[in-house]
Amino acid sequence: MVVKVHGPTFTAATRRVLACLIEKGIDYEIVPLDLLNRAHKDPEYLKLQPFGVVPVIEDGDFTLYESRAILRYYAEKYKSEGTELLGKTVEERGVVEQWLEVEGQNYHPPIDTLIVHLKVFPKMGVPADMKLVEESEEKLAKVLDIYEERLSKSKYLAGDFFSLADLSHLPATEYLVNDIGKDYMIRDRKHVSAWWDDISSRPSWKKVLQL
Amino acid sequence: MMKTTSYTLHFYIRSISSNILNFLFVVSSSIQFSLTMTLKVYGIGFSTCTARVLTCLNEKEVEYELVPVNLGVGEHKKPAFLAKQPFGQIPVLEDEDLTLFESRAITAYVSHKYKDNGVDLVRFGNIKEAGLVSVWIEVESQQYNPAITPIVSQLYIIPMRGGSTDHAAVEAAAEKFGKVLDVYEARLTTSKYLAGDFYSLADLTHLPYTYYLMKSEWASLINSRPHVKAWWEDISSRPAFTKVAENMTLAG
Repeated sequence: MVVKVHGPTFTAATRRVLACLIEKGIDYEIVPLDLLNRAHKDPEYLKLQPFGVVPVIEDGDFTLYESRAILRYYAEKYKSEGTELLGKTVEERGVVEQWLEVEGQNYHPPIDTLIVHLKVFPKMGVPADMKLVEESEEKLAKVLDIYEERLSKSKYLAGDFFSLADLSHLPATEYLVNDIGKDYMIRDRKHVSAWWDDISSRPSWKKVLQL
Repeated sequence: MMKTTSYTLHFYIRSISSNILNFLFVVSSSIQFSLTMTLKVYGIGFSTCTARVLTCLNEKEVEYELVPVNLGVGEHKKPAFLAKQPFGQIPVLEDEDLTLFESRAITAYVSHKYKDNGVDLVRFGNIKEAGLVSVWIEVESQQYNPAITPIVSQLYIIPMRGGSTDHAAVEAAAEKFGKVLDVYEARLTTSKYLAGDFYSLADLTHLPYTYYLMKSEWASLINSRPHVKAWWEDISSRPAFTKVAENMTLAG
């Protein structure tokens, strides 16, 4: 059964899902969505995803949305296939959940603001709020200092194994490093930089960037 | 004859002592086991995220000890606490040698580890139901929480810290929150609880911030939507939560 992924391949949340499906060796089909023409606010799309955001997946007659929920679903469903993304024990899974929550609650908000104001708004001809950009950069720097400390003791975020927690960071960090000129935030932190080089060189991520 | 008897007696005494010793070992192991088994939650009763964890532990019927963190003196920003939680936030869970933070990670861990205890909050064994629970936990994280937090923060948390409420910010937030609630109203028209016709971690995770909202005039946002209102009345009357709500005193 092929999983249909509704969403443009360039958005962070869609890429997060695709990276997971590729790591687990799950067949997928991309159904592109034209965000510029507000396809995500179209009534037919809202039946699938009532909040009008991307992505949404259709797996037969089963629909799921929120990228981090999709991640957990497939990592659990295909636990014995592809890369193990949830750790091996209940305790390891707890630590994976912890860093996945850190990504969702502490990393995502400031980095998303930077991406929206420095990449998306210019494309739309909307002026960036530079005060908000500055505040978000400061917040993100504090979060990255904590990551630097963590990654000095542990190869990956949840331990010495790659997991959903690391994977979830790939899309936004890719934009930070290679698109909005803030790569210094990663490169100035030795362990964060090594971690970034490691996770972004995974074949799954390279594949996502080609889609 | 004497030698045999003394040997038998000696053997008999040895076997009794060894049984006694075994008994004492088993008893002391049980005591040790139950002593080390009590989970510790570092947090404070009125904190929303602490309440989320405590409600989950209650639903799972798991014993715990609440270790207060003195926010007033900045205990959560001091080195001893930062060693447990580098972001300086409550709550933190200690389960033997595992330390976990982020309330939604703690509740996920507790729900999985104690899957055979109390209420099945994550629909263990039914992958699709579990998937839907995950969806609505993420919706709370990414849609509901960012919309409701500014209201609760402006009305109760900022004043507690000595600041004053920005009413314009509250009104702007209330408008956004109303739009999110419209989606919830539509969802709860087709389903008794968020993930289906069963109470789950998805519903539980909404309790703490909504509890504080309901203490304000903005309770109207919930009360004006009949299915959301019915859902709120149901989930907030569960004993696992009402016990926790007794200590949620930020709103007076």
